[in-house]
Amino acid sequence: MAQPADPAATPAPPGQAQSRSLAGGSLGDVVFKWILILSALAIPLLLGGLLYELVKGSLPAIEAFGLGFLTSSVWDPVAERFGAWPLIFGTLLTSFIALLLAVPLSLGVAIYLTEFAPGPIRRPVAMVIELLAAIPSVVYGLWGIFVLIPFLTSTVYPWLQGTLGFLPIFQGPIYGPSVLSASLILTIMVMPYIMSVSREVLLAVPEGQREAALALGATRWEAVTSAIVPYAKSGIIGAVILGLGRALGETMAVTMLIGNSHEISASLFAPGYSMAAAIANEFSEAASTLHYASLTYVALALFGVTVLVNAGARLLIWRVGRRGGSA
Amino acid sequence: MTEPLPRLRTEKLSAMYGKFTAVKNVSLAFAPNKVHALIGPSGCGKSTFLRTLNRMHEMTPGGWIVGKVYLDDQDVYANGVSPIQLRRRVGMVFQKPTPFPTMSIFDNVAAGLVLDRSKSKREVAEIVERSLVRAALWNEVKDRLKASAVGLSGGQQQRLCLARTIAPEPEVILLDEPTASLDPQGTQRIEELVFELKREFTIIIVTHNMQQAARVSDTTSFFYLGEMVEHGATRRIFTTPKEERTEAYITGRFG
Repeated sequence: MAQPADPAATPAPPGQAQSRSLAGGSLGDVVFKWILILSALAIPLLLGGLLYELVKGSLPAIEAFGLGFLTSSVWDPVAERFGAWPLIFGTLLTSFIALLLAVPLSLGVAIYLTEFAPGPIRRPVAMVIELLAAIPSVVYGLWGIFVLIPFLTSTVYPWLQGTLGFLPIFQGPIYGPSVLSASLILTIMVMPYIMSVSREVLLAVPEGQREAALALGATRWEAVTSAIVPYAKSGIIGAVILGLGRALGETMAVTMLIGNSHEISASLFAPGYSMAAAIANEFSEAASTLHYASLTYVALALFGVTVLVNAGARLLIWRVGRRGGSA
Repeated sequence: MTEPLPRLRTEKLSAMYGKFTAVKNVSLAFAPNKVHALIGPSGCGKSTFLRTLNRMHEMTPGGWIVGKVYLDDQDVYANGVSPIQLRRRVGMVFQKPTPFPTMSIFDNVAAGLVLDRSKSKREVAEIVERSLVRAALWNEVKDRLKASAVGLSGGQQQRLCLARTIAPEPEVILLDEPTASLDPQGTQRIEELVFELKREFTIIIVTHNMQQAARVSDTTSFFYLGEMVEHGATRRIFTTPKEERTEAYITGRFG
């Protein structure tokens, strides 16, 4: 390691009238470095502050219900008894269904757009898809109430019940605002994210991989499945996680379509609730300290769920990446 | 004097990218079990010409051709010819090593074999071993066939790609500047291999390196600005070129 030049320790060479100084204006560097350090520190500090406030705000509820809060299904503001399990269940279920439907569809579109679509339509279609991600969720919610739900309840749901009615999840009375309606609006909302990120990832696969597979006598489909998608695998998982994060936290559209009921029902046609929707709906009306604290506790749980899901996903990417995939 | 029938030949072949013509009216014949070098400065069309031979050129957006390419007297651009089947008979190795990073060394070599699904696991394993032996890589990787192919050096990766290409037993191997990204040692091993492999395959190699063409090839074709300027036995091209442009190129006056 070379020592940094210290102007004091560098005597001017004898007999040289004008030696060029080696001292340099490093003040800018120091300032810049500290600005960067402070901005980098701001994120963990914010996160820590957020967590602290959440814990502090939910303390009354934590003291009253303990961890049982997370598994209890009672939500009775009058009797001041609260349990978050239907909310957690609703959040996880709607996100799960949304990803189940959105991932294959989005991947299909992304693969089509990068590998099969005619050149001139690739960019315009990709731009329209990215535009979909920019629509505010309240607009999706309104569209869901006025267009999607009438369509679903008049055609899709009766058909589902007619053909798959032997499954408990498709039994019982059909409600418009329901777990399935919320899941479907979530599907539509997360698709642009998964599609556009997967598309970028697929575009980043080196041309050589594609050509190597084709030159071996692979069909285009075989090149996609044997070379291109495996190469992009960890990036695609990243895209799915982005979609998942969006689905877990989505509030407005879900609360407009899920029916907002604290009951857990086996049927997807029945109304449900999600963590984010409950917080948004009840926060302004929370009458008692305990109700307020319980909602904060729900927020803490949502925070925990997203952290857990993201950590799990990181682990997955890391393990996939270690097996030789490239991000 | 009976010349052997050419394994591969082109007839007035031109290759275009949209409106730009990269290869102009080239007629060439490649005898079996010989190494044929295509030389010329960058952008002279030699790689594009190579890519028309296994119909990879048409996978490039805007790529199209006129003229004919015959493999054993079968027109490979005729209606009903599947480029998929053609590429199983005319293999290709690229400039940059292209191992599949998510696959093991074994799976990389087997990648072309498993595509036609006609071989048993045992046969595949045998062919993988034989191909690695022929690509002079077996001794270096036999203890880590399940390891990722990314851990290999550049030269090893290129030999792996060669093994992957010869595994499905093509008749012709196209090499597109296979040593351009390798160090001298890796280059030498590939050249030795090319010399070995011509006993079983017909090899067409595109190269920037004239010494390489002189060392490994039996015939040489000089391309310049999309035209095939001169073709002949390698020794004659390098000692007594007939065309002035060929002489200028091989003596290093442009390139």
